[in-house]
Amino acid sequence: MMARAWGRTWFLAAAAVAAVGGVELAWPGTVARLTRGLVSADLLIRAGLFTVVLVGLNLLMGYAGQASLGQAAFYGLGAFASAIFTVRAQALGIPPSVAGAWWWPWLVMLLAAVAVGAFALGVGWVILRLRGHYLAMATLGLGIIVYIVLRENLGLPHLNLTGGFDGIVGVPRLRVGGAELWPVQVYYFVVWAAALGAMALGLNVVHSPAGRALRALHGSELAAESVGVDVGRLKAQIFALSAALASVAGSLYAHFQAAVVPDTFGFVPSLELVVMSAVGGMSSIWGAPLGALAVLLLEQLLRTHVLGFVPAVSGELEPVVFGLMLVVIMMFWPAGLVSSRRVQGAVWASR
Amino acid sequence: MAEPATTELPARTVPGPRGPAAGAPAARRPSSRVLLGVGCALLLVFWALGRRLGYGLPEYLQLLVDGTVTGSVYALVAVGFVVVYRVTGVINFAQGAFVMLGPMLAITFFRALGGSGGLALAAAALAAVLATALVATAVHRLTLHPARAASPLTRIIITVGVYITLQGVALRVWGPRPYVMPAFSTLQMADRFVEVGGVTLQAQSLWVWGVGLLTVVGLVLFFEHTVVGKAMRACAVNRTAARLMGIRVDRMATLAFALAGVLGAVGGVVLAPSTRPTYDMGLDLGLKGFVAAIAGGLVSLPGAVAGGLVLGVLESLWAGVTVAGFKDLFAFVMLILLLLARPQGWLEGGHE
Repeated sequence: MMARAWGRTWFLAAAAVAAVGGVELAWPGTVARLTRGLVSADLLIRAGLFTVVLVGLNLLMGYAGQASLGQAAFYGLGAFASAIFTVRAQALGIPPSVAGAWWWPWLVMLLAAVAVGAFALGVGWVILRLRGHYLAMATLGLGIIVYIVLRENLGLPHLNLTGGFDGIVGVPRLRVGGAELWPVQVYYFVVWAAALGAMALGLNVVHSPAGRALRALHGSELAAESVGVDVGRLKAQIFALSAALASVAGSLYAHFQAAVVPDTFGFVPSLELVVMSAVGGMSSIWGAPLGALAVLLLEQLLRTHVLGFVPAVSGELEPVVFGLMLVVIMMFWPAGLVSSRRVQGAVWASR
Repeated sequence: MAEPATTELPARTVPGPRGPAAGAPAARRPSSRVLLGVGCALLLVFWALGRRLGYGLPEYLQLLVDGTVTGSVYALVAVGFVVVYRVTGVINFAQGAFVMLGPMLAITFFRALGGSGGLALAAAALAAVLATALVATAVHRLTLHPARAASPLTRIIITVGVYITLQGVALRVWGPRPYVMPAFSTLQMADRFVEVGGVTLQAQSLWVWGVGLLTVVGLVLFFEHTVVGKAMRACAVNRTAARLMGIRVDRMATLAFALAGVLGAVGGVVLAPSTRPTYDMGLDLGLKGFVAAIAGGLVSLPGAVAGGLVLGVLESLWAGVTVAGFKDLFAFVMLILLLLARPQGWLEGGHE
């Protein structure tokens, strides 16, 4: 296994993140110029958001060995909670003095994460009794149900809370006191602080007794239970943690994009999260940022550098390459990027 | 088909200490009563919601008949899942892509053959089914066969990747617009229909039922009365023993994929005239077929067929009495309930 806790590698990663952010803040657009349009502050923010989700997903899939094909649902619940309670605050009867305060969106983000985590804990109690294929299918079903409920206005069209297919526009930027955390270069720090926080949390979980119990669970549930691990509880807790992390990422996404639509959180996005997790390596917290960055970079590369030269092809070949990449990686490299010697070497060396 | 109780795959025969499967067989029986209760409650809900809309018997019968048509297609897709799962132990998410490839290829071939005439349509449909079987064969040989030693999760994700790839290729080839397939009886867009007791019945519905029935009967005969079919069943019972008996298990797995391709394509082709096939139709039909397969216990052919029909009918009734947008909700709520009520499927329990 890797480091004992979140030691030097984490600090190096944090320093790298801060350095890139600092350069970008001082001279906006530098990263894009240096990489010839491949990397932008926008892409880095999305990578950070996915990192937060993937830390949870990796804990769940790679450590606890419980597949989730519906993780985008929790991401979406967080995003919609933030959008609804900020944009539709008046309709919900929240006094403007509260809804207008700078701390309100942060409070919503926190409460949404707690609520989504509690929801997952309740659901997890029930569906985590299933294992293997069956659990994957139940999470798949759950993801689609949440998506449909969001798309269909929670079944209450007269209130128009989620905005149906069109979603919600005009989600305000996050603020601290009177200062708006914007432009993109500033928001970058917010998102990556969350991502690094999630990674530190994940590394702590992995290297705690709970983490060892998780690995035991992955190996054999029966054996784990026989040495005193409360399997059901542990699985439900990790499921809840992963859901809460996804919810926070969703809230941050809503304030970043300023608009949310249900289609961002459907079945296919859930699959994309699994792809990122698989590409980076499920059985490592470091797989989260690696997977998110690798997949987003590849998408961008395809869009601008490879397929961009062939007009009318760019958007359409993406899913093909995406699917093929997933197949090839799972066939030949099932442990993901983290398993590669070079990456491991770098991680080891910097410890 | 052999008794499902004796054909459980190793992956499912290790009930955990907490799982619902942990109970003794005696503990399983009440859950079929629970399901019966849930079914009755559902019918009551349908009736109550339908009364609000002023539904009478003809309306319900219409929904029921429509439901058996979609249900037949779900059944075919579900059987495809079961055949692959029994022989290879993999849940093949690419199944949905086979359902989409059938009608898309059939329409393309039909146009290539001049776009008119019953013979051309039949030839195009047949060619499309065979082509889909070829694709399915290639999928197994190129992806899951080399990765046969990988963990179940890895293999599921591989089939998901195959699905995304095939759907992406379909988008590239056919574009996002819906296509039109002529009805089998009239060879035109408009279909013949008869009205019996207030229920409108399309000629295409008869085609769906007939072809569906023939396909399933053919499959059962294949499994019961041919050497290859029996060899495939042997693989489902015990792969190692089958290999020791000289059965080429990997070939049987490829054949299972080919059969799944045929089943999916046939389902897609017969349904195509009454829906407008698009490149992404496989997602919905694949997932619903999977729910049907789960309902039938995932290892039983009769279970999958019954699961498909029941799902089709219930979903049709549900769609009839609720808002259009909530139509798809039913199958997935049912999926979770079914998984929880009895992860080993509810028809299978009777054999124990």
